[in-house]
Amino acid sequence: MASGVKPRVKVPKKAAVGEAITIKTLISHKMESGQRKDKSGNIIPRSIINRFTCDFNGENVIDVTLEPAISTNPYLEFQATVPSEGEFKFTWYDDDGSVYDAAKKIAIG
Amino acid sequence: MEFTRRETLALGAGAALMTVLPFRANAAVDDLINEFTGGAAVADGGLELTAPEIAENGNTVPIAVSAEGATAIMVLAAGNPTPPVATFKFGKLAAAQEASTRIRLAGTQDVVAIAQLADGSFARASKTVKVTIGGCGG
Amino acid sequence: MNFKALTAIASALTLSASFVAAGGADDDTLVVNDEISIVTKAAAPAHMADAVDEVISGWHFRTDETQSLQADDFDNPGMLFVEQGLDVWNTADGSEGKSCADCHGDPEESMVGVRTVYPKWNEAAGEVRTLQMQMNDCRENRMGAEAWKYDKADAINVEAMIASVSRGLPMNVAIDGPAAATWEQGKELYYTRTGQLELSCANCHEQNFGNYIRADHLSQGQINGFPTYRLKNAKLNGVHSRFKGCVRDTRAETYKPGSAEFVALELYVASRGNGLSVEGPSVRN
Repeated sequence: MASGVKPRVKVPKKAAVGEAITIKTLISHKMESGQRKDKSGNIIPRSIINRFTCDFNGENVIDVTLEPAISTNPYLEFQATVPSEGEFKFTWYDDDGSVYDAAKKIAIG
Repeated sequence: MEFTRRETLALGAGAALMTVLPFRANAAVDDLINEFTGGAAVADGGLELTAPEIAENGNTVPIAVSAEGATAIMVLAAGNPTPPVATFKFGKLAAAQEASTRIRLAGTQDVVAIAQLADGSFARASKTVKVTIGGCGG
Repeated sequence: MNFKALTAIASALTLSASFVAAGGADDDTLVVNDEISIVTKAAAPAHMADAVDEVISGWHFRTDETQSLQADDFDNPGMLFVEQGLDVWNTADGSEGKSCADCHGDPEESMVGVRTVYPKWNEAAGEVRTLQMQMNDCRENRMGAEAWKYDKADAINVEAMIASVSRGLPMNVAIDGPAAATWEQGKELYYTRTGQLELSCANCHEQNFGNYIRADHLSQGQINGFPTYRLKNAKLNGVHSRFKGCVRDTRAETYKPGSAEFVALELYVASRGNGLSVEGPSVRN
């Protein structure tokens, strides 16, 4: 697992049934592109988060393929519909096989 | 092999042109688009791509894509060493088919987005982003 | 043509580097999280009466896209490192088995306002100390832990966390009394030309702020926003590391982060921003 990886998500605490909400996510990750060279001229191997998914009660909201052109500390913002109370699950997939996740509950009201 | 001064100058000009060209036309981009569309025609309209006209630093350029009813949107940076940037696939609970992120641009170039719309057709949008190269490394 | 443009032309004629007049500071306002109003322009402190009328945060010299990253803590990538700094704050370290929190409690209470007065004279040590020096004093003498390397990971993350709880409060470093000699030394450094380009801090940041040097939009070089998350290297940058970068860009041998020279320069440059709000961690290009 890459060191110092820390996910952050921003989800409203409450929404009305059927309401559209904005979700923001940020994760600390260097997103090494595989294009850079170290001081001795060797290519630094690619090491990125290559996929991100957000699901709500098992139903998909968004599924993103990330490439090395995504900036360090990847940021994603998108819209979700809230059909009922429940839990958003966020998952980031690292090139090295690590999986980072976060969850946020949302209430109706 | 020896070069005259004039030939050397001509070579220099050619080399300068070569360094500019990859930012204009890129076969890799066309291939990636064909792969995404399966060779289907791509029309303008129905897809909005937001990107700054001038990016203060190519390392972190905010972009957003939006296409009502789209199932997927692919973003490419035509002038990057590897053009793919991201592909957003929208699930059933996406309230709008839009997303924002921050991307790396190797230099001034066109950012291209292709959306697969609800009816299965494809739309394209592109935007030229000028990337500032500052002198103050800090 | 405004006065700034005339200054730029005069400078271009006299300096080896050329500045292009354009831009200036914009008139936007910064409110963080819709709740913390940031003072980004203020009347210049008395000691700068001969230099400029108004002190302006570097925030005003950035594009709207960069500016907006600082308006919301979630959009500000620097806050990732503030969270890491808070983790470090709460973690015991060293032979005494103590964390920062064991003595200082919740930084949102104990550390409010601390950023505004550093660098600061330390009577017992008989020297002006930066916040990082004071943190290392705690580590070595109270925690029995190793000093952090200047401007590096834990040091800069904790400094950013301490700055973050003072956002919105005005910078107010003391320049008189026992700190006066260090402040004078810093002032001298600020106006001393260095390197093959023979540029002083003042040549760019006092005489030409708002103008362009090549593609760079020059700010006043204020440090109220440090530590600052730079888009360029996608990490937090410390004041001394930034000084080092600037001095290096004049093609000079530079002082080291944590050196007595940079401590003095930090005090002086901080005093040029007295009245501006603490912004750290800010976002810059």
